[in-house]
Amino acid sequence: MALSLMEGNEAIVRGAISAGCRFFAGYPITPATTIFNAMLKLLPPLGGVCLQGEDEIASIGCCLGASMAGLKAMTATSGPGISLYSEHISFAIGSEIPIVIVDVQRLGPSTGSATRGADGDINFLRWGNSGGLPAVVLAPVDVKDCFLLTMQAFNLAEKLRCPVFIASNKEIGMTRESIDVDAIKKPEIIERAAPPPHEPFLPFAVPPGGQVPYFLPIGDKRLVRQTSSTHGADGYITTDPDEISKTLQRLKTKLLSTVDRYSFHEAHLKENADTLLLTYGVTARAALDVFKKQQKLGKPISLLILKTLWPVPENLIREKAAQAKRVVVVEMNLGQYVREIERILPGKKIDFCGQMDGRLITPSRISEVVDHA
Amino acid sequence: MPSLLNTSRPPVFCPGCAHDRILHALDKTFQNMGLSGHQTVIVSDIGCSGLFDTFFHTHALHGLHGRALTYATGLKMARPELHVIVTMGDGGLGIGGAHLLAACRRNLDITLLILNNFNFGMTGGQFSATTPAEAQVGSDFLNRMEKPLDICRVTSSAGAAYVVRSSAYQKDLAQRIESAVRFEGFAVLDIWGVCPGRYTKRNRLTPQTIDKSLAKLPPADGPVAENTRKEYGRHYRELAADRKQAAPLLKIEAIFDPPDPVQQEVILLGNAGQRIITAGEILCFAGLTAGLRVTQKNEYNITVMRGHSISEIILSPHEIGYTGIEKPTVILALSQEGVDRRVRIFNQLDSDTMIIKARGIDLPSCHARIHQVDFKKQRIKAVNWALAALAVLAKLNKVIHIEMLQSALESKFKGKTLAAALDLVREVEIDH
Repeated sequence: MALSLMEGNEAIVRGAISAGCRFFAGYPITPATTIFNAMLKLLPPLGGVCLQGEDEIASIGCCLGASMAGLKAMTATSGPGISLYSEHISFAIGSEIPIVIVDVQRLGPSTGSATRGADGDINFLRWGNSGGLPAVVLAPVDVKDCFLLTMQAFNLAEKLRCPVFIASNKEIGMTRESIDVDAIKKPEIIERAAPPPHEPFLPFAVPPGGQVPYFLPIGDKRLVRQTSSTHGADGYITTDPDEISKTLQRLKTKLLSTVDRYSFHEAHLKENADTLLLTYGVTARAALDVFKKQQKLGKPISLLILKTLWPVPENLIREKAAQAKRVVVVEMNLGQYVREIERILPGKKIDFCGQMDGRLITPSRISEVVDHA
Repeated sequence: MPSLLNTSRPPVFCPGCAHDRILHALDKTFQNMGLSGHQTVIVSDIGCSGLFDTFFHTHALHGLHGRALTYATGLKMARPELHVIVTMGDGGLGIGGAHLLAACRRNLDITLLILNNFNFGMTGGQFSATTPAEAQVGSDFLNRMEKPLDICRVTSSAGAAYVVRSSAYQKDLAQRIESAVRFEGFAVLDIWGVCPGRYTKRNRLTPQTIDKSLAKLPPADGPVAENTRKEYGRHYRELAADRKQAAPLLKIEAIFDPPDPVQQEVILLGNAGQRIITAGEILCFAGLTAGLRVTQKNEYNITVMRGHSISEIILSPHEIGYTGIEKPTVILALSQEGVDRRVRIFNQLDSDTMIIKARGIDLPSCHARIHQVDFKKQRIKAVNWALAALAVLAKLNKVIHIEMLQSALESKFKGKTLAAALDLVREVEIDH
């Protein structure tokens, strides 16, 4: 066995490239800058393009253009950049443009603390688009997840034609860790589905029984129309309420009805454990320590680590929480995802353990809340 | 070649709108150049200029206000063979100002038609970046204090290689657009026209007054001599082709047993310029030579060569959970700033923790075991204290042993740097 030392940000880049990413545009921002640095080192020699946009709006705009030209595209930033991405996130959702967006979260609000970690953008990533339609958000726990979930993010973006977020955190992105790269089992690569040849192409027409339109790149022999305006199957503006409703409902359903197939998670369930610890992101590492300690103490608890946060994997959460009387939700913010858990598990006692001060939540802090039943 | 106008969606503008003339001129350009729809993409944004893409039978990308140039940049970099035509109004020009300047500076082969009619027509005739101060507009008096932008001067100053000042009513508009499209680089056309729906309801502007106004301005009629240079995409691909493949990922085989097969937690407290982060990395490499799992979490100032620098390293025979350190096995105290930054940790320490401290540093009172080394007396420069402290650690057979450290250095350095590092490690004394 040979191990490498890698930070989360570099693992995201390597995962992206393994998934076929050939276009990156970004704008420097701590703690996401090393994604840009690594892309610049790795992409051009592969014939890919890595650009530094004049700002965040341009960076994601370039990615949308490149994605529409048929390249797998990614951008990366932190909270202040996600704020600027917002209009283009809405565009990518509404106009079904595949893109992977990395948010290496730092302590907010606003410019906050550039070098301090947080999971403060979790609801922002879901709700920060005009129209309020869902997006996919995956949350890595460690360097290996950064690699694997980025590959999955590309697969989902291509398959579902939507933006997929990686909700990383300074504490994962800039923390180096040992990783056995050769032992990683890579998922199969998924590409955008092309329409049957020699048929007229409607850019937003959905194949029979499907929920996602076929994709042709701008530049193909058959003409492609893309628009940020409310459109029909032909890509032209429409004001027909029935057609609008059908499309927007589809944008919602194509994600919500399929989330069971990509509900990435790690579950450690103990029989007779009344308490389920539920968390995500870097905090899961401390939670895993607590889980092991409780086991040793003969006071076992269960642990559910969510790696798909949005759409909320409701079936998974209900199933894994079925035995628990009490669910302790731990987050590196002042209470965001816990609202979803309260919504999904109305019969259970929900306790919250949150912290927002730039420091990691310690295992001892989680233990205190777990013990304080 | 046939017209590329979309027969199923005939152009609809307000009667007398200059956009209609520009639209037909652009179509004539396409015809004269013999372009097919699939060789061309029209990128547009919001406002009346944003209707252009729907009136043509070409590829189309219609997006957010002021952002058309950003999509065009991605498209052109991904598909250099495409003719990329961007239409934008004076509204989009103002909103997307940064993108316009960047496009001028880049010189990517895109043709930008700015349909300049001096107001936001679609929303009620509010003033834009090009509205004269004396115009009557939908934003009451707010335009009177602002100086309108001269697009041609701004874009020339920003580095545009091809700039054209034109009226929508010029007979040779199609030829002028064609020259711009044929130009290999970023070409801007500032095309003045009338907005009868809004602007000329309250302001006098005719093709004749436009001609008069244009005649008073410095001419702009194509290549800008001082900005002539290589096209961005071509230049990018030339430079990218010279980039070397990145070195393969460093993989370290497990060849040793660690001194103590339990989890070890080490904090390096130092200063920027003491190579603290590098020392942390070397310690991690040392761990990998013994097959240990490792994490390294760093904290440093935004300043270079000034301020604290801290590295927290965990080495463990098992998968590592929490990456913070509450009770370190070892602290390497190498600068006062570093120690002061983590002053809170010291009162929690007991004799399980060993502190290796450079002589001259004041520690808060604590119960840890303290091992002092006089690096100055050993004539070791401050820049090497972190590596020297790792050597002391290895010589005490604590956390790592000397072979692990040597092997780590061989992974990290080469040539003279490696020889110097190995010499330093050999010569450091563990004094007390």
